[in-house]
Amino acid sequence: MRIRTTGLSKTYDRKNKALEDLSIDLNMNGIFSIIGRNGAGKTTFVRILSTELLPTSGKGYINDADVVEQAESVRREIAVVPQEARPLPWLTPLQTVSSYLMWRGYSYREANEKGKEALRELGLEGKEGEKSRKLSGGQKRKLMVATVISSEAPVVFLDEPTTGLDYLSRKELWQLLSKMKRDRLIILTTHYLEEAEILGDQIMILDKGKLVDIGGIEDLRSKVKLPYVLKVYSENFKISEDEVQVHPVSEKETFVYGSAAKIYGLVPYLVTNKMKFTVEEASLTSIFEQYLGNEEEEKENEEKNW
Amino acid sequence: MKRRIGSQIMASILVNSIYAMINYPVVLINTLLAPLAILAVVTFASKGALLPVAAVGALIMSMVSSGTSLQQDLSHLKNDMRLQDMIVSSPTTSLIYIIGMALSEIVYSIPTLAFLIVLNLIFVKTTITGGFIIFMDMATIFTFSISLGFFLSTFTSDIIQSWGFSGILSPLLTTIPPVYYPITYIPFPYRYLAYLSPTTYASVIAQSQTGFYDPGAEGFVVSWIVLLAVTAILTYLALKRSRWREI
Repeated sequence: MRIRTTGLSKTYDRKNKALEDLSIDLNMNGIFSIIGRNGAGKTTFVRILSTELLPTSGKGYINDADVVEQAESVRREIAVVPQEARPLPWLTPLQTVSSYLMWRGYSYREANEKGKEALRELGLEGKEGEKSRKLSGGQKRKLMVATVISSEAPVVFLDEPTTGLDYLSRKELWQLLSKMKRDRLIILTTHYLEEAEILGDQIMILDKGKLVDIGGIEDLRSKVKLPYVLKVYSENFKISEDEVQVHPVSEKETFVYGSAAKIYGLVPYLVTNKMKFTVEEASLTSIFEQYLGNEEEEKENEEKNW
Repeated sequence: MKRRIGSQIMASILVNSIYAMINYPVVLINTLLAPLAILAVVTFASKGALLPVAAVGALIMSMVSSGTSLQQDLSHLKNDMRLQDMIVSSPTTSLIYIIGMALSEIVYSIPTLAFLIVLNLIFVKTTITGGFIIFMDMATIFTFSISLGFFLSTFTSDIIQSWGFSGILSPLLTTIPPVYYPITYIPFPYRYLAYLSPTTYASVIAQSQTGFYDPGAEGFVVSWIVLLAVTAILTYLALKRSRWREI
């Protein structure tokens, strides 16, 4: 599956730039995670590529079909769960999935068979006949995913599908998405960086409508200054901030971010002083902060400048 | 995969009427109540004299209600449930969606329509040609109201705004204009105001076939021209100017 954009831009009301000159070219199956702060342009990007919204300028392509000029052929290839979409409360889960499939052109019989299959795959068997309003939050999100997954569209857009779910429900959905991604391209926007890291085969970071970077987690990690984190569990640990970043978490816990050489250079000192520690690769959260800066620090700086 | 247009239309009918009626049978009474309430008031107040006019008027109201209900339903599905975004980005078109949703409103009104049609067959005296003209009149006012409903729904941003539109349209199109009573009951110069509503022309056409008002040949033709012109303009706007895909 291929997604391509060239100079894609969107300006709302002639003044609010939501996307600016975004150019990417991805040829992949699996999960493409899009991360960024609120207002970074994630949803706008999804809505343009899913043919819901017209761009102000630039082009977008799904499998080489133009999302504006060839919207009809794009729509045969895609399925979308928009942000805040939820099942109609007066329908049962089976009615929800099968009616969506009928809107896509399946016959009533096919839609019902496929609907039952999708609900079974997503662990919603036994709930087919209950009204959707009785489902839990996690089950409702699963149902929305089941709806689009059942369509066999090769490109699926999920705009923040796990927002508001508890950790276990999110984990369940992650497992399902990992299973579903084999023959598809799933484009996933999320605020949960852990989710983007676990699921994303490719990750795109957006900020204020602009592309910050794109790549696999290893690529992104290799581009930041501090790709390793040393976690020290001792109240006696003291270190100067020389080419490393020190984040005291509590009196007994300190995180040190730095290059491999700097971090591993500290290990003999820790061993000699019998301090407990672990060395890990920087998480996407740390990478994200390094790319965009810590928001609180940024606010402080803004206030100082003011 | 072969795209079946029949299935796409049926999906709207199932979701917006049949499943709602199966899962919540109470909605069956819903559409019946408003036209029947006014029909009863007009009939009692006129000591039965206006029952035939009010029976045809209730049919007109029922047709217009389909449009205002469509406006609310589409707005709810678009703004609250985000369903329209899912439909827009699927292999269907705005025309198929609106046809399906419009038919769903008719299906939703079947209990009301069945009751009103029986009532009209019993109390309204007309010829076969008159019956056909009334049927065409109803089909036109239905197309008008559905187009208006779809057009407005694409501009509403939340359900409160949508309720606002319905609250305005219902009295302006059905309660105040001479739908349930003959236009001759309105004194001049207020009668001119009544002609601002397209439903007045639909009523004039229907009442001319039931012997309650004689607009003359010229008035009859003008009523049809105005009604068809307004309907054609709104249908054009609904299909061409409404925002299916956002800008």
